[in-house]
Amino acid sequence: MFLSFLQKSKAIFGVNNQSSVPEHEIHSHTAEESVEAATIHCQSLVTEELSKRSEELREIIYEYIRNIRDPEKPATLEDLSVVYEDGIMIKPSTEGDVHVVRIEFNPTVPHCSLATLIGLCIRIKLERSLVDRFKLDIFIKKGAHSTEEEILIHCHLTSFTVNKQINDKERIAAAMENPDLRELVEGCIQEGD
Amino acid sequence: MGKLDLVQTLLGHEGRVWDICWHPQGNTLASCGEDKTIRIWGREGSKWVCKAVLSDGHQRTIREVAWSPCGNYLASASFDATTAIWDKKSGQFECNATLEGHENEVKSVAWAKSGHLLATCSRDKSVWVWEVADDDEYECAAVLNAHAQDVKKVIWHPHLDVLASASYDNTIKLFKEDEADNDWTCIATLNSHESTVWSLAFDSTGTRLASCSDDCTVKIWKQYLPGNPEGIVTSDNEPVWKCVCTLSGYHSRTVYDISWCHNTGLIATACGDDIIRIFKEAEDSNPSEPTFVLYHTCHEAHTQDVNSVMWNPSVQGLLASASDDAEVKLWQFTE
Repeated sequence: MFLSFLQKSKAIFGVNNQSSVPEHEIHSHTAEESVEAATIHCQSLVTEELSKRSEELREIIYEYIRNIRDPEKPATLEDLSVVYEDGIMIKPSTEGDVHVVRIEFNPTVPHCSLATLIGLCIRIKLERSLVDRFKLDIFIKKGAHSTEEEILIHCHLTSFTVNKQINDKERIAAAMENPDLRELVEGCIQEGD
Repeated sequence: MGKLDLVQTLLGHEGRVWDICWHPQGNTLASCGEDKTIRIWGREGSKWVCKAVLSDGHQRTIREVAWSPCGNYLASASFDATTAIWDKKSGQFECNATLEGHENEVKSVAWAKSGHLLATCSRDKSVWVWEVADDDEYECAAVLNAHAQDVKKVIWHPHLDVLASASYDNTIKLFKEDEADNDWTCIATLNSHESTVWSLAFDSTGTRLASCSDDCTVKIWKQYLPGNPEGIVTSDNEPVWKCVCTLSGYHSRTVYDISWCHNTGLIATACGDDIIRIFKEAEDSNPSEPTFVLYHTCHEAHTQDVNSVMWNPSVQGLLASASDDAEVKLWQFTE
């Protein structure tokens, strides 16, 4: 498709010159330009297609995580604004073309173990739901949130520490083999009644 | 550039395969994982087949397996906080010793070259050194609480009773026994990685160490002995280790494992971007500032994170890998 597009655009940009410069020079010059133009056009098409796909993937992911229940309150993560659509980012894919998804969440409850638990719920829910291959990075929302400082005060943990924990797959694997923790996670990510 | 051909895919594990380990003779491979089993693979004719499944040793994930240098014992480290020692004295693999003491997940186990020492490490931040006595007796010789966080990996020097550990605290530490008082002490702390150090590998001489990390880099460390001609300052008459090379910009996710071939000098890495990479030292490499080039990239080596790679100790270029995709793969690298 790309090739035929190039050919078409070459035809469209076809040489039509009356100048005194030897024709072959003009020809090659114009052909180069047209290839460039076509490439730019194609790139923008590809980018458009990619951003459309990213948008779809974001929507699918949000659909999966918005109904995760809060570990403490009788509400979903969406209700409590712990997760939000803007928090889902599709990052440049890996060298092998695997989606890289970054999810940011805002743990409104100032409690570090809960932040870790929410991170765990999001990861397990997505690992079980998504069919496509993907790589997931989960982070606590940065910025002017009292939460972050409160987490720090309550547990002597920084968001950095929590972020490191919830992205260490060995720790996640071990946590999910802890029956109590597993039960908590299962409870939170269970599909609605 | 060389080429890496898939020799065979070994199927059988259910779920994530965490680790593989070649028998010192190179004719047998052990693998372990999330399914709490160890699989022993061997050749039958031209094919590799599963010779045994050891399934009654652990209650949780088996994180790592390690053959003893004599090849008669296999140690397995598990998230159930124990390390099991298996042997084949009865004709079949049996667990004849269980090492208990860690408070939680044991993440790594390694035998010293002499075969008389074993090391384990855990999320409890400690490294344990065990003395191997006769009659399947293992005695704790030291509990080393030098790391500030989980200890991810322990390996022994290829010739000496020197132990190296890698940690979630971003550091690598080296330990040895003080002959004067039989106390194990930390003789060096290697700082440079910016996140968890997942794995380590010594070169064949033991004078260089490679490390890989969550910071997506591989680092090469060189030992400088007291009185070294380069004039690197040492203290307490102990060698110092300096980072002489950082390979960055190659890996796009966490690098989980590294294997430095003692026959060819090639370095293989297992990465969270599903890729196996092979690095080679340049021929004109300067010892105090070595150059390693990316020699081969195997895209989609697995369909998920690659957790472990190991060069076969006897068959040149034969590489084994294990992945989250439940597969173990054997590869042949030819230059």
